[in-house]
Amino acid sequence: MTIVTTTKGEMDDSLLEKREGVMDNDNENTTWVEYWLEGELVHRSAHVTLKKPLTHVAAEAAQIA
Amino acid sequence: MANTQSMTTSFMGELMTATHNFGTAPTRGTSAADTFKAALYLASATVNASTTAYSSTGEVTGTGYTAGGVAVTNATPPTATNSSATAGVAFFTPSASITYTTVTLTTAFDAVLIYNSTQSNKAVSVHTFGSQTITAGTFTLTMPANTTTTALLRLSTT
Repeated sequence: MTIVTTTKGEMDDSLLEKREGVMDNDNENTTWVEYWLEGELVHRSAHVTLKKPLTHVAAEAAQIA
Repeated sequence: MANTQSMTTSFMGELMTATHNFGTAPTRGTSAADTFKAALYLASATVNASTTAYSSTGEVTGTGYTAGGVAVTNATPPTATNSSATAGVAFFTPSASITYTTVTLTTAFDAVLIYNSTQSNKAVSVHTFGSQTITAGTFTLTMPANTTTTALLRLSTT
């Protein structure tokens, strides 16, 4: 038994319909989980793992003429 | 309007004046690390390289979310590594995931702004991801490995 925080308060997950998904691309890996109660979304969480760092070639010493 | 993933130009300039301090720096008035925060932005917002500071304009709102976002854990100071006599990488990654616990954010959001709350909320970087909504749940941003090639923020010379 797992207790899930929902818009209706804490509920036993056995009472809910669980839906899960994954999105993976060059920028991120994202997983999400939803719990539905009688056609109503009562919980949605998402977990994003960022993959792409921000890189800048920014440091360069100019030549003194 | 759209968000664009980028290191802000203002941040690069401010590095030269030590406005930002992820770790310790003897040239500053204090050696304490600054406090950084992470704010979420709606997919309809416009945060990008021209963003100079945190603003509540376009920021998400919802149950359990506090304007300004959450603190970024920076227990690990930046690292600078030379790869040759003329090239190197300075890099930094928050030392823990950024987590928004038990929130309801019903309008789609797709960006996080990391900014320096110690230094007048000056902007550091914008990171985008696929649009999300959260319902009575948790949103977590897990950081990449803190290496020369994968760290969240990298300044490099070639």
